[in-house]
Amino acid sequence: MKSIAKLALGGVIAAGLVAGPTLAGDNMKTAKLASYKVVDDIAIPEPLAGKKGDPARGEKLFVARKKGNCLACHKVEQLKQHLFHGEIGPELSDVASNMTPAEMRLRLVDPKIVNPETIMPSFHKVKGLHRVMKKFKGKPVLSAQEIEDIIAFVQTLKMPKQAKK
Amino acid sequence: MTRKGNKSMGAMGGLAALAGAAGLLLSGLLIANQAAAKSKYEVDGRKSGYHYSNPETNEMQDDDFLNPGMLWVQRGIALWSKVDGAAGKSCASCHGDDARKTMRGVFTVYPKLNKKTGKLENIEQRINRCRVENMKAKPWKWESGELLSMTTFIGFLSRGLPMNVKVDGEVKPFFEKGKAEYFKRRGQLDMACKHCHIDNPGKRIRADLLSEGRAGQAFPLYRLKWQKIGSLHRRFRGCNKQVRAKPYKPGAEEYVNLELYVKWRSRGLPVEVPAVRR
Repeated sequence: MKSIAKLALGGVIAAGLVAGPTLAGDNMKTAKLASYKVVDDIAIPEPLAGKKGDPARGEKLFVARKKGNCLACHKVEQLKQHLFHGEIGPELSDVASNMTPAEMRLRLVDPKIVNPETIMPSFHKVKGLHRVMKKFKGKPVLSAQEIEDIIAFVQTLKMPKQAKK
Repeated sequence: MTRKGNKSMGAMGGLAALAGAAGLLLSGLLIANQAAAKSKYEVDGRKSGYHYSNPETNEMQDDDFLNPGMLWVQRGIALWSKVDGAAGKSCASCHGDDARKTMRGVFTVYPKLNKKTGKLENIEQRINRCRVENMKAKPWKWESGELLSMTTFIGFLSRGLPMNVKVDGEVKPFFEKGKAEYFKRRGQLDMACKHCHIDNPGKRIRADLLSEGRAGQAFPLYRLKWQKIGSLHRRFRGCNKQVRAKPYKPGAEEYVNLELYVKWRSRGLPVEVPAVRR
């Protein structure tokens, strides 16, 4: 798996079919996929499609069940007005103290590059998926703009020093 | 506040305390009953979904008078002796009037290999083959009231017996395919069955507690969300759709293979049909 990630190293992963001519018979909305560059198997330093994220929009997308639905798996102290946080992934209440935006970007776009076994969906990927439902075919879970919005929100998740365990 | 007011408040308080105590006692009994059931529904560390269910839901399952799935058992009993098809036969014509004697244990060994077709066959398909070949009747539609009722009845007749599907010999290739389905990521969300049910049982995904996916001894079951009995294949389809994957048709080879693997994961667990789940 390391070697697959290595292939991506320094090169541009064209996640799906990037804007421009598409494959024959595949005229779907794949042009929405942004290309990106993975560095050191751990980060995507450049914002997707050069978009600037908005934290307020990001918070809505983070919670929305048909978008990020991040609370399905992650606990976030700052969002406790929303009931029932999942226990599958790590708690994110202080994630901005531990992770850079570039690292978050890779974890959102394609977390399997970091951990091939993870349950976490790849939120900006359309290739290499099996039996995708017709209405989602060729579409990423989140657009480039939506990814950047969520990163902008997640960057605000810090716990006050004294509250840290 | 007046003295009278105080007194009636006191009486109300006493009543409330009494009701509270009765409630505690009842829930205590409930928990004690279910503790016994829980040990029954765990074999060699393999736990039925019963362990991941709410006490109220389990209470519905445990009491045949509360269990709504019993309505389908009743209908299955009626269908057992109902003549249908050109051969003028009912199930009872061949299998006898007392299905409790002739059909006990049958549920625990399916899916099985159909030597004629060389394919794996589950209970629903076996029932329909009987209808077509022996009764000269039309096969029942998947998820129809009739097929659900008969499948539930056949499952009910094995209640308490350990699941015991064969997975070696000629069946092994089907088992391996079913296992591969369980581990295959799918859908836009790119998840396999195993990501929830092997990697994360006992944890909450939002408000839902993930089970070990040991469902083979429990389906067909009454699902509160459906407000009716449903087949294991209907549940597979629901799971597939949740990860935004294209589901297979009920009865598809892929699902029958997967069913064998899921029933093997339930090996040794006593049949609960009709179970009740959220």
